[in-house]
Amino acid sequence: MIARRDVILGYVLLSLAALISLGPLIGVVILALGEPGQIGINLDISKATNFGNFADVWEKGDFGPAIRTSLIITSIVVVVSVALSVPAGYAFALMDFPGRTAIFGLLILGILMPLESMIVPLFLDMRRFNLDNNYWSVILPQIGFSVAFGAFWMRAFFVQSARSLVEAAWIDGANSWQTLTRVLMPLARPQMLTLAVLFFVWNWNDFLLPLVMLSGSSLQTAPMALVTFEGARRTDFAYLGAASLITIIPVVIVFILLQRSFARGILAGSIKE
Amino acid sequence: MSLAPVPVTAGGRQTSSPRRRAPGEPRGIGYFFILPAVLIYALFVFAPFLHSIYLSLFKGNGITRMEFVGFANYVDIATNPVFRSAFIHALELVLFYAVLPIALGLLLASVLHRSRIRGVAFYRTALFLPYVIAPTAIAVIWRWILAPRGPLNSFLEAVGLGALARPWLGDFTWALPSVGLVGTWVMFGLALALLLAGVQKIPLELYEAVRLDGGGPWTEFRAVTLPGLRYEIVVALVLTVTAALRNFDVIYVMTSGGPGNATVVPSYLVYQQAFKVAQIGAAAAMGTVLILLIVIANVLIARTARSAS
Repeated sequence: MIARRDVILGYVLLSLAALISLGPLIGVVILALGEPGQIGINLDISKATNFGNFADVWEKGDFGPAIRTSLIITSIVVVVSVALSVPAGYAFALMDFPGRTAIFGLLILGILMPLESMIVPLFLDMRRFNLDNNYWSVILPQIGFSVAFGAFWMRAFFVQSARSLVEAAWIDGANSWQTLTRVLMPLARPQMLTLAVLFFVWNWNDFLLPLVMLSGSSLQTAPMALVTFEGARRTDFAYLGAASLITIIPVVIVFILLQRSFARGILAGSIKE
Repeated sequence: MSLAPVPVTAGGRQTSSPRRRAPGEPRGIGYFFILPAVLIYALFVFAPFLHSIYLSLFKGNGITRMEFVGFANYVDIATNPVFRSAFIHALELVLFYAVLPIALGLLLASVLHRSRIRGVAFYRTALFLPYVIAPTAIAVIWRWILAPRGPLNSFLEAVGLGALARPWLGDFTWALPSVGLVGTWVMFGLALALLLAGVQKIPLELYEAVRLDGGGPWTEFRAVTLPGLRYEIVVALVLTVTAALRNFDVIYVMTSGGPGNATVVPSYLVYQQAFKVAQIGAAAAMGTVLILLIVIANVLIARTARSAS
């Protein structure tokens, strides 16, 4: 028996918690729509209509090219990482080959390894091979970190997927590639979508890797453009608010549309930030 | 999920049961399936990891010849007060990123265990949102909130607590807790969303049973809620502790380690030593210790969870 009082208390507390999470973000929206140069926010939100701030920031902060660079890098990383994680997870789950356990162990060690620790040798190696200041110096390490989690995640799904399905496919004459692409992948679509959402969020937000790899070039990602803009205009808070929103909008849209997939990834024991 | 060890005989032949093997599958083909992923991982994650350990034994700027110094860089980390303080700050941040949000989340989740909430999707979206958006943007937003004439100080003055107002990020005592509270804000929603999902799955009959035995709210929490949320607590701990130890973006944007060295953290020192003062060996050693710290923390969390079950 659930008491009515408990239900009301539940909604009140949860709404309060949601307000704590959303409050600063709502504040930034009002800030970004206020007068440029203003530091406080006007509580009369009918005056928060200064959409011109976004146009100004877009222009002055070079956000057009930055968003484009981020979209290119992140799309390649997401597509390639999912495409590589699926067959790897399948093989680790359903195939026997010598060294399987050891290789899998070394691979999932990558889930724990912080990029921050590898940034120095990564930079030296990229520079030695003249890959720095190039999209690939960001894309390749991001794929490397992503597939460590991706193989782990897809393996967990394929281990549980019905073995009888695989056996039936084999009896029907399908080889392992056909079994994967025709029988298992249609079933794995939700898991693949979760991976894609997680990869998109992690890699769009990544700052240190592009900062180090691209700082000698004119290329910059959206978070880099935000930090550059912030460094140049320390106290133009309305502009900074607009710049922050421009940087996070793509992730917020993807997240809101696919929040169930994201939650599934986090809840099901994702062990990476 | 556990990884069942594959029995291997002396001759190296797999003798595992047919269940572990796709029917009639030639074994070698597995290598083709894992090759692309493993190759990119080996080249761009694992090789740099080994390279980092190697570099940590040298001194130099990475361009001219490096001088072999053995473990001198590690001795520096243990003895140099700034280096040492970075690791102490990282542990303090664990308090703000992990302990505080999870404690708050547990408190709320245990109060909410009896109300089966509708509209979960809305609340979950709101609670997860700070965790999803770029840490650089979060840092910019909170630098505004905490600015000397920013909304927090204005609010304190408006409610008559003007004496408490201060330049939060410029204050030697308050800079680290301020940065930490940003982490608390980010992780609180994550922890609550996780714990809420878990607490809704605990059967209400378990609580009834405690009631019938005359147990109060504390007994309910100790005997039902806490054990029931073990798995969610582990996930929350892994995510938040790792984030606290790795923290770079927020420090870089909000304080650059200042004022003085009041907010330096390991990952910021890696960046500073390598790319500002060209001490490649010191940076690599710092990075290696950071990996070790994160691995140890995760092993401890996993082990504690196992012994509690």
